[in-house]
Amino acid sequence: MNHLLNIIRKEIRELLTPATLVPIIVMALIFGSMGNMIGGATEEAKKMPVLGVINEDRGQFSSVVNDTIYSMAKVVYNSTSGKVDEGISVLKEKGGTALIIIPPNFSNNIANNQPGEIEIHWIMKGAGIMDSISSGVVESILHELNNKISEELIEKGNVNATFALSPTTRNETTIFKGKEMQGISPGTISTILSSQSTMVPIIIMIIIMMAGSMVISSMGMEKENKTLETLLTLPVKRSSIVAGKITGSAVVGLLMAVIYMVGFRYYLTSFEVSGNINLADYGLTLNVWDYLLVGISLFLALTAALSMCMVLGTFAKNYKSAQTLTVPVSILALIPMFMIMFKDFSTLPLSLKAILFAIPFSHPMMAVRALLFGDYMLVISGIAYVAAFSLAMIAIAVWIFKTDRLLTGTTIHLFRKER
Amino acid sequence: MPAVEVNGLIRDYGKVRAVDNISFSVDEEEIFGLIGPNGAGKTTVLRIISTLLRITSGQVKVFGHDVAKEADEVRKLISYLPEDAGAYKNLTGVEYLYFIARFFGERKEIEEIVERGIKIANLGKRIDDKVESYSKGMTRRLLVARALMTEPKLAILDEPTSGLDVINAQEIRKIIQNTASQGTTVLLSSHNMLEVEFLCRRIALMDKGQIMEEGSPSELKSKYNAANIEEVFVEVIK
Repeated sequence: MNHLLNIIRKEIRELLTPATLVPIIVMALIFGSMGNMIGGATEEAKKMPVLGVINEDRGQFSSVVNDTIYSMAKVVYNSTSGKVDEGISVLKEKGGTALIIIPPNFSNNIANNQPGEIEIHWIMKGAGIMDSISSGVVESILHELNNKISEELIEKGNVNATFALSPTTRNETTIFKGKEMQGISPGTISTILSSQSTMVPIIIMIIIMMAGSMVISSMGMEKENKTLETLLTLPVKRSSIVAGKITGSAVVGLLMAVIYMVGFRYYLTSFEVSGNINLADYGLTLNVWDYLLVGISLFLALTAALSMCMVLGTFAKNYKSAQTLTVPVSILALIPMFMIMFKDFSTLPLSLKAILFAIPFSHPMMAVRALLFGDYMLVISGIAYVAAFSLAMIAIAVWIFKTDRLLTGTTIHLFRKER
Repeated sequence: MPAVEVNGLIRDYGKVRAVDNISFSVDEEEIFGLIGPNGAGKTTVLRIISTLLRITSGQVKVFGHDVAKEADEVRKLISYLPEDAGAYKNLTGVEYLYFIARFFGERKEIEEIVERGIKIANLGKRIDDKVESYSKGMTRRLLVARALMTEPKLAILDEPTSGLDVINAQEIRKIIQNTASQGTTVLLSSHNMLEVEFLCRRIALMDKGQIMEEGSPSELKSKYNAANIEEVFVEVIK
């Protein structure tokens, strides 16, 4: 029994190291914060949406409209005349979701078996999964409104059944990031954007993880195969060693990511439902310069990841320890991926905005959506930040290569004069 | 000008003093041996001369270039063979020699360097096989070839025959002697005292980070009235 305990004790000491514990703790924290975000979403779904109402109708269904909306929503703007701009500006100020306009002939049309048109001006805040919750609640109010009018029509009798079940039509306009899009709801926009909302971050995350693991492993293998000492005594600049390792790993990492993504793309398309709505019809397209900016953002994020991995790789003792060191990079790639899926950068609290901006891998993940809505400031400032981050990391990597830290594994001599 | 000048060299690893105020010099075209038991500080000294480790205090010059201030210049003159060095396993022997040769020349020069490397390695057709398929002896021969094929002004060899069988060790000793006869200065370390006696014109006996004795093998044997360097060493560290 003592022998068994002895072996168990040894195994636990070998396996329970900071390197194995820290990633698990960080993952637990991420899942915890995601749970909070989802909990927050549930709370948001329970909350009354903030609406504005311009009810120009004086007919018999006018009170049904008012009763339904007032019982299910918090109305912050109420008018009987058509001041749309004023209503939208009040709603924007008070964090409202939509301005509902009931035109003067609404009741009259329904009474004459003509659909009553409801004009809706949506104020879309973000394209993330959680951003569309409030518009979903408004959708349910409009559905309820339709049901109430249907009930009244059926009670009165002598009405066409198809019309009675659907007595209202909608004329929708969505305002999102300064763009006004006619005939489309936030839900539809979110659905269309969701393909890139999920695909782009996943692709970027995989590229970063693949290429990052290459460069860290390369350092681990140099140490394990005892080739590093020889390399460091050759007449070659330290910056060339760092640049060579980063570029080589980027090429292999990109190649692996492309192969991986081809298969993954086919897997994901099997779930996609084809739609006939084209974002280009709403002016949501990228031009050549936009694609160039996305490319630069991606390239710099990859450089940042690889230079960061290069610095981490200097801590690798062998191939096995190198694999463990890829975990922090993977976590840093996972955080923005999840955050961007759930929320738009613009709708995040300031603290989370700062975290998202500080993670260099977030920027190419956010770039496509930002450029679709003309948010050049976010993309360009992101490019500038990631470029500075990459340069700093490369400088640190070259500095480490110039010291003897790679061989001694200590930092005690780092601050002495370099050779 | 001496090939290597070491003056008052000290190297600490935290609180441990690995090299304790040593001084010695190596003449051009000679084979100089640092001998001593494991942990004597030989490898640390060689790594410092090879520009890999920093100096805590003192000065080291290679052909007049200060290793602390002119590391890039020193690296052009030296070739370092670490004790437990390896080669890139996914490359073939010849690909590995080309990889190294490209740091030392252009086109024709590269071909000449690799040709020399193939000759020194003497691995026959196996030079075209991947390094991962090599035995320990074959890998060491490839690495010795890598270190000497560039005809460095100073070859720094840490335990060049470590872990090799008698035949392989003897071949490598011959290669080292041949290289020195063609103008390369050789600084090597070993804990095999008979090997050092056979190869070196002068030797320094190291123990606990210090040089205990220095001179030619014959001088030292005569001074201590010993039959071989092993006996000299035992006398010195008594």
